[in-house]
Amino acid sequence: MAEALQVEAHQAGKAQAREWVTVGKRSDLIPGSGVGALVGDQQVAVFWLPELYDTLYAVSNYCPISGVHLIARGIVGDVGGEPVVATPLYKQHFSLLDGRCLEESEHRLQIYPARFLGSAVQIEVPVTGRSHRRQAA
Amino acid sequence: MQKLELIVIGNGMVGHHFLEQLAASPACERFAVTVLGEEQHLAYDRVHLSDYFSGQSAADLALGTAVQYQEWGFELRLGTRAAAIDRAQKTVSLDNGEVLNWDHLVLATGSYPFVPPIPGNDRAGCLVYRTLDDLDQIRAEAEQATTGVVVGGGLLGLEAANALKGLNLDTAVVEFAPRLMPMQVDAEGGALLQDKIESLGVQVLTGRATQRIEDGEASRHRMVFQDDKVLETDLIVFSAGIRPRDELAREAGLDMGERGGVVIDDQCRTSDPSILAIGEVALWNNSIFGLVGPGYQMAKAALDTLTEGERTFAGADMSTKLKLLGVDVGSIGDAHGDQSSGTKLYRYLDGVKQHYRKLVVSADGRRLLGAMLVGDNSYYDTLMQYYSNGLDLPADPESLILPVSEGGAPALGIDALPDTASICSCHNVTKGDITQCIHDGKASLGEVKEATRAATGCGGCAAQLKDVVDHEMAALGMEVSTDICEHFAYSRQELEHLIRVEEIRDFQTLRERYGQGLGCDICKPTVASILASVWNDYVLEDQHVGLQDTNDTFLANMQKDGTFSVVPRVAGGEITPERLIVLGEVARDFNLYTKITGGQRIDLFGAKLNQLPAIWQRLVDAGFETGHAYGKSVRTVKSCVGSTWCRYGVQDSVRLAIDLENRYKGVRAPHKLKFAVSGCTRECAEAQSKDVGVIATERGWNLYVAGNGGMRPRHADLFATDLDTETLIRTIDRFLMFYIRTADRLQRTARWLENLEGGLDYVKDVILHDSLGINADLDAQMARLIEHYQCEWKTTLESPERLKRFRQLINNDQDDPNVVFVEERGQIRPANDTERARLIPSVDI
Repeated sequence: MAEALQVEAHQAGKAQAREWVTVGKRSDLIPGSGVGALVGDQQVAVFWLPELYDTLYAVSNYCPISGVHLIARGIVGDVGGEPVVATPLYKQHFSLLDGRCLEESEHRLQIYPARFLGSAVQIEVPVTGRSHRRQAA
Repeated sequence: MQKLELIVIGNGMVGHHFLEQLAASPACERFAVTVLGEEQHLAYDRVHLSDYFSGQSAADLALGTAVQYQEWGFELRLGTRAAAIDRAQKTVSLDNGEVLNWDHLVLATGSYPFVPPIPGNDRAGCLVYRTLDDLDQIRAEAEQATTGVVVGGGLLGLEAANALKGLNLDTAVVEFAPRLMPMQVDAEGGALLQDKIESLGVQVLTGRATQRIEDGEASRHRMVFQDDKVLETDLIVFSAGIRPRDELAREAGLDMGERGGVVIDDQCRTSDPSILAIGEVALWNNSIFGLVGPGYQMAKAALDTLTEGERTFAGADMSTKLKLLGVDVGSIGDAHGDQSSGTKLYRYLDGVKQHYRKLVVSADGRRLLGAMLVGDNSYYDTLMQYYSNGLDLPADPESLILPVSEGGAPALGIDALPDTASICSCHNVTKGDITQCIHDGKASLGEVKEATRAATGCGGCAAQLKDVVDHEMAALGMEVSTDICEHFAYSRQELEHLIRVEEIRDFQTLRERYGQGLGCDICKPTVASILASVWNDYVLEDQHVGLQDTNDTFLANMQKDGTFSVVPRVAGGEITPERLIVLGEVARDFNLYTKITGGQRIDLFGAKLNQLPAIWQRLVDAGFETGHAYGKSVRTVKSCVGSTWCRYGVQDSVRLAIDLENRYKGVRAPHKLKFAVSGCTRECAEAQSKDVGVIATERGWNLYVAGNGGMRPRHADLFATDLDTETLIRTIDRFLMFYIRTADRLQRTARWLENLEGGLDYVKDVILHDSLGINADLDAQMARLIEHYQCEWKTTLESPERLKRFRQLINNDQDDPNVVFVEERGQIRPANDTERARLIPSVDI
C-alpha cells in the first residue's frame, strides 16, 4: 500500500513541475508550534520542531472536520513516535508525515515538502498554470 | 467400586444446577446418575421465558446441551415422566412401565401453574404460562385472537400479560386481590403500578373474582365476575400462582405440608433421608421458595448432603428486582413492614414521574429491614447491600430513597462492602469471591462471570458486579492507569510534585528527565498548567508557548468558526458607566457580538485573530485587564449587591468579591475555578454552586467549597463558619493550593473532593488543623502566585515580537477570508453552511 502511494506521488511529480516558494523567515516561526502561511491561494500550516532534528512540516491549514483554517493553531506532538498535530477545536490528530487523520480515516490533510534554505522558510508546491506560463514567458 | 445409583427427577433450572454442581464435584465419580425430564426440552431458563416471544429460540434459552450431559456421564431421559416411587424397593417406575433402581433420589419436580377452580377453566383457548410448550400453544391460539386476558396480577401474571401484548393482543389483567403484585407492593405502590401499566395500554381489573367462563357473544369467551359484570376475550391465560409438583412424594408417603410441598430439613432431606427435595417442590420451614436463587442454594445444600459437605439451606431472601411490562418493581426483605414491631417507615411518592419508594427501618433506626420500589430500580443495589449485610444506615435513612440530582441513586461505595457481601444471590457469589477471582488472574468482567457464574442467574446483579470488578481491577492497578499519556508514566499529581520539588521550570527539562517522545496535546497543556501553578511565569514565553491550548496561546476563547471571544475582567461584576461605555464602543467599532456571561461579565464575540491586539490595546488603555476566561484558572467572583444597598445584606459582599477576584486572578489550576460571595443567607449570588462560595453571617463569613453547576451539579459543602475576613482568605488560599497540588488533570473541585480518599473531613484536617504540616508551604506557594501576577494582555501588547503570533498568515496581512458573518437580532453571528455557500464565491484551485 505504502509502495503504491509512493509510485503515485512519483508519477505525479513527473507529470507536474514543482517549485520551492519562500513563505517567510525562521524568525517568523514559533518553536514547537505552528504558523499559517499563504501559498498561491492556499493556506498552509507550517510547524517547526527544533527538538526533532530541526524539522519543518507543512500541511494544509484547513481542518476538514471543523471547516476552519486553524490547523496551525494546533498542539504538535507524537502518537507512538509519529509526529502529529491535534486540531484545536475537536482534538483529532493528523499525521504530519502523510496528513491522515488518526481517528477519522475519511479525513486527510494535504502535505507539502518544507525546508529551511538559509534562514528562508520554503514550501514546495506544484507550479500553477499561471506561474508556469509566466516562467515560460 | 460399585457406584451408587442416583436419580434426579425433574430437569428444570434447579435440577440442572444440582447436576452442574455435582459434575464439578470430585465426589461425582461415586454416582451413576440418571436424569428424568418430563418435557422434551433440556433444562432452560424459565426466568427469561418471555424472551421466547421476542425472538429467542429454545436453544437460546437452554441451560445445557445433551453433549454436555454425555460428557458428564449422566444418563438423560427427556420426555419421560416418573409415575411412582417405591421407597421400600428403592425403585422408580416410569410412565412407559420401566422400573429403575436408586440408592439416592433427588426430587426437583418444580411446580405447576395454579388454575383457579372456575367452571369453564378447561375450555379450549384457556391456557397456562409455564413451559415452552405452553408458549407455543399461546402463540398458536393468539393467531386467531384479537384480545387476551391474564388471570393473575402477580409477577408471572404480568410477565404473561407482557407476552400477550407482544403478540399484539388487546390485553387485560384480572387480579383477585385489590391491587397488582400484592406480595411485593402495598396499596400506594400497587395503585402506581396499575397507573403505569394502564398507560402502556394494558387494562387492569383488580378485586375481581371470576365466577365462570362461558361462550362469549363478540368473542370466544365471556368471563363473568362476582358482581355479574362481564369481560369478553378470545384467549385466557391463567397465571395465578404456582403449586408444588408433589404428587409423587405424596403417593410415596413422604411428609407433606398442609397446603402441599415436600417437607425438607436444612440438609434438604425429606422424611426419608435417602430422598432429597430441592426447588419449588420443597417446603422448608413452612415456606415454598418460588425463586431461582433459593432453589440454587438448596441444590448446593443437597449436593453437600450427598457428598458429606457442609453447606446447608438456611432459608433465603425473597428480595427481587423486576422489570414488568417495562416498569421497575423492587422488593427487599420485609417490604410491607409487618414482620416486626416498632419499625419506622419512610415513604416517597412522586406522582408525576410515578415513582414510589418505601423503607422499613428497625426501631433503633440502624438497620434496613425492607424496602419497596416502584418505577425506578436504580436504588435497589445500594438498599440491598444495606439490607443483606446489615450495614449501619446513615443518620438520615430517607436520603437513600430521595431523588438525587447527580445522575442516579446514591451508591454505596464498593469499599464499604465487607468481603462477605453477597453480590449474586442466585449463585451465592460474594464480593470476596470476585476479589479472589481477579487476584487469581481473571482480567475482565466476562472472565469473572464465567469463573464465578455471578450475574448468570436472574441477572439482577449485573450492574453491581461490574462495579465490583472495575473497583477491584483498579485497586490492583490493572488497566486503569493513572499515567497522563504515553509520554509520561506519571499522574498529574506526581508531575506537580516533581516540578515543584526539583524546581523544573520548563517542559523540555521535565521531558528529558522523566518523559519520552515529543509530548502531545494532553501532557503539554497539563505541564503548562502545572508550571503556571507553581511558578506563574508569562505563558507565552518561548519555552511555554507551544505547550498551550489555542485559547491560552491567543489569550482569548476560540469559537466554532475559528474566531475568538474577548472577556475583560469585571471584578465582582462591578463596573463603572465609563468602562461600560468603553466596552460598548469597542464592541461597536470592531463589530463584535455582545452577550452578558453567567459570571457577571461581558463577552465580545467574533474577533478575528489579527484583530485581538487592537481590541485589547483599546481595553488596556481604558484600564481593563484580561479576564482569563480562556484559561483553566480562576474566572470570576460573582456577588450580590450586599449590605451597601440591600436591606437584607449583613456584610459587604461586593467588596469581598472584588478583593477575592483581585487576589486570585490569573491563578491557573487543573480546571477553571468559579467563586461567589453572597451578602446574606438569601444567597442571591448562588455561592453554594461554586468551587469556592462565601456567605455572609452576622458574625463573619461561612465558607463553602467544591460546589458545581454544569453537567453534574453538586451542592457545595460547608467548610468553615463565622470566619473573619483574614482567616477566610487564608483558608481559601490553602484550599486552592491543596486542590491545585492534588487534583487530576481537568478535574473540577467537586469531582476532586468526591474522589479524594477521606473526603471533606480529610481536607478539613489538612487545611484547618494542618494535619500534614504543609500549610506554611501552601501559603508560600500562593504568595508567589499572587506576587507574580501579570495581565497577560498588557505584557503581550508590550512585545512586538509576541504580537507577530496574532497573524492568520505570516506572509500576508489579510485576515481569514473564510470567516463569514450574517446579522441576526441586530448583531453578527457566524454564517451557517447554506449562508456560507451563498456568500463565499467559489475558488477554482
